[in-house]
Amino acid sequence: MNVEIVGAGPAGLYLAILLKKLDRGVDVRVHERNPPDATFGFGVVFSEETLGALRDADPETHLEITDTFARWDRIDIRYQGRELSSRGHSFSAIARRRLLEILQERCRELDVTLEFGVEVEELPDADLVVGADGANSLVRRFRDFGTKVRTEGSKYVWFGTDHVFDAFTFSFRETEHGLFNAHAYPYDERMSTFIVECPEEVWRSAGLDEMDEQESLTFCEQLFANELRGRELFSNRSLWLDFPKITNKTWYDGNVVLLGDAVHTAHFSIGSGTKLAMEDSIALAAALARRRWNLSAAFIDYELDRAPFVERTQEAASESAAYFGRIASYSHLEPIQFAFNLITRAGRITHATLGVRDPQFTRALDAWLGGKAVSPPPAFSPFELRGVRFANRFELHERTAAVSAEGALAPGELTAEGWGPPEKVLLRLAHAGRRGATQPRERGVDLPLAEGWPIVAPTPRPYSPFGAIPEPADEDSVLAAFVAAATLADADVLEIDMAHGYLLGSYLSPLTNDEDDRLRFPIQVLEAVRAAWAGPLAVRLSVTDWHPRGNTVDDGIAIARELVGHGCDLIHVEAGQTIHDDRPQYRRGFLTALSDRIRNEVRVPTLVGGYLTTLDEASTIVGAGRADLVLLDLPETEIERPVTTSNTVSSEVPA
Amino acid sequence: MKLRAEVKVGVGLPTTVPGATGELLLEWARRADAGPFSSVAVLDRVVYDSYEPFATLAGAAAATSRVRLATMIAIGPLRSTAMLAKQAASVHGLSGGRLTLGLAVGARTEDFDAAGVEHKGRGKRLGEQLAYIRGNVDADRVGPSRDGIEILVGGLSGQAYARMARYADGYAHNGGPPRAFAGAASRALAAWSDLGRPGKPQLWGQGYFALGDAARGEAYLKDYYAFTGPFAEKIAAGNLTSARAVKDFVRGYEEAGCDELVLFPTVVEIDELERLQEALA
Repeated sequence: MNVEIVGAGPAGLYLAILLKKLDRGVDVRVHERNPPDATFGFGVVFSEETLGALRDADPETHLEITDTFARWDRIDIRYQGRELSSRGHSFSAIARRRLLEILQERCRELDVTLEFGVEVEELPDADLVVGADGANSLVRRFRDFGTKVRTEGSKYVWFGTDHVFDAFTFSFRETEHGLFNAHAYPYDERMSTFIVECPEEVWRSAGLDEMDEQESLTFCEQLFANELRGRELFSNRSLWLDFPKITNKTWYDGNVVLLGDAVHTAHFSIGSGTKLAMEDSIALAAALARRRWNLSAAFIDYELDRAPFVERTQEAASESAAYFGRIASYSHLEPIQFAFNLITRAGRITHATLGVRDPQFTRALDAWLGGKAVSPPPAFSPFELRGVRFANRFELHERTAAVSAEGALAPGELTAEGWGPPEKVLLRLAHAGRRGATQPRERGVDLPLAEGWPIVAPTPRPYSPFGAIPEPADEDSVLAAFVAAATLADADVLEIDMAHGYLLGSYLSPLTNDEDDRLRFPIQVLEAVRAAWAGPLAVRLSVTDWHPRGNTVDDGIAIARELVGHGCDLIHVEAGQTIHDDRPQYRRGFLTALSDRIRNEVRVPTLVGGYLTTLDEASTIVGAGRADLVLLDLPETEIERPVTTSNTVSSEVPA
Repeated sequence: MKLRAEVKVGVGLPTTVPGATGELLLEWARRADAGPFSSVAVLDRVVYDSYEPFATLAGAAAATSRVRLATMIAIGPLRSTAMLAKQAASVHGLSGGRLTLGLAVGARTEDFDAAGVEHKGRGKRLGEQLAYIRGNVDADRVGPSRDGIEILVGGLSGQAYARMARYADGYAHNGGPPRAFAGAASRALAAWSDLGRPGKPQLWGQGYFALGDAARGEAYLKDYYAFTGPFAEKIAAGNLTSARAVKDFVRGYEEAGCDELVLFPTVVEIDELERLQEALA
């Protein structure tokens, strides 16, 4: 068996070591196009669990690696002249160059052939070929792995500095061009990694697109002089980059297998690249051992073992990349909330899990929201909207009323005339528009009644297959119906339904309204209801149509801004259902990111649902300022099992 | 308080395993009906040595009296809407109301070519078919009655989940390890909530087994899924080939919230059914 590994980064070298340990008789060669001491970037980060895996896989290198490690357990956040700190996050880092030295030396000890300065021009001829040659993999080009490369996040540049940070430090600097941020962490007793990041428009505005390497280094050094405590930045071909997110449909082809950045990348802001790469090496070596070098069986095991974990990490990394891209919209948040939002950005840390790691931090957050030194979690914090005080963030009873018989969804539905005794509720005033006159929702949605009533919409297009063709709405009477309902309403919050393709929602979308001024009528209704109702007024809005020709999130933000300008106090964030054939993106909490954008870009309180099933989710969302009120979808509790009585034991008492 | 439900286990009929005779398929259904299984289910494919799902279930209807009869799934858009409704309603009627109609858009263009049906627009057509069947469109003219047909929808796109939540009673997953099912199930539940449906959707999962000759099962799966390229090997690697693997799989699906798990044979031998029964005991 002979093995050719292309790329002498951490993944390639570590695999070589593990394969030699598995079978000393195997011939392992590693090619690298660069010299042995060339390396890009400065330090790399590991987590506790990765260290455990490295210890089990090769105790010798583990010992050397941990010997030169920098370790810390704090995240520091420097923001608006304050510095907040959260504990309990175990990190460690090592100089990339030192890591490579350790691995190279161990390779030599184990008789791995290392060849540097060799460019791969064709696929090496060997029993097993490994592409460990990074994000710009050449090996990947010789076969079809279904590779996809997309750019994600902002512009960024890697530097080193001789200021030794004592924690993972996030710093933010406001400039006339916009907000810059830096990610810094120590990697040995002398040096730290220092990554500077900013959105592309900020980068251009600052003229960084036209600066050379030295100029941009000086710019960053001056910008973050405070954080660097007057120390220097060091360049190592430190150019501004776009981060490529790489995915592959398959991780192997025939006798060729990919690992590390060649097969998947994860945005640097969650610091998982090297960790994922070395874990790949461990998984591939273990699969080859288990399958006794049966390559195709081992490759299947390797991919099935790694892919789900890698996918989850990539998802979290993308969330984190997007977060740093829109960082400027959070500049209104209080430092404690800003910090909690940052810590929970990737969806991997929640209020409850942070509470285990760092109870002091969550206690400070809870106290800030709750107004008392000892306060319950954010979901239980009070909230006030236009003089109405909510005891907590989740106990909001939704009720929907059709403003008129014409606008009812289904027969027998509650209409304004038929309300029961008042209770503490959010009352939604709806006109179903072209989604009206349907069968009750028990068996399905948008199933037209055999004998329905005439329905109305801005365009004569039915909502669903076999649906009736709508007629134009009598806007005066619709307006009057909304006003009449608002006048009669007895509720804590009144809500106008402009979502999900109901009448007012269908006015808002280019998919369902051919008019140019699509906000005209919805704004008229909003103003009239505002005049008739003095309490908190919400609008339920589909902030995106989830369709290529429909409203985008940016459109939704612009619409929300208009609504707020005309008297709306709260945006109830929804998405899609404007038309029958949209392309929704469902998952747990699928509306949270949209609510975050509306709340922090429009600066308006939001209400959000989107399949949230736990109070912890509510606390994380409210604590991080992604929404102000949360609708929970609580599943029926099913903790009791049916009692089974054994039929061999008589339950009767013997006489 | 609602009691925590246990997953029900159904068994597939080997309608897509070459070599299955009509006699064997009916005997398989008969024994499944007498055994611990809650359903018998079939797959759908045109260009292969396989049986048509509704014709098979009509036969199974006569051979059984208890189990549900399920398509897991049938490719709706291969059939015209009225004919699909008529076939489904006929099986439902013949079985005394035991049909679970799983529908999806299918994955192979060659099936559409062979059936002489446009591949493009299949998603939209499936939406129409669901609206037609569930909405009782033309029900006064096109019988027999569709009342009580349990409908499932499969697929992994956002549109598939929306169709499921809009028109169906539940979700039909396409197989894989329990964690893949759990991910799909949470998307299905999110869609259900988004469409404002009361209660919760029925969540159906599926897997493959070969408890006698594992190599034969593997060869069959690699052949059956050859159209997926390298993915065929991964599907074959997931074949359940021991009692332990079956037990773990069922437990994993139960933890992931599965209501009904259908295990499909990959070897045409009636003894496979007995082996599965023993593995489940």
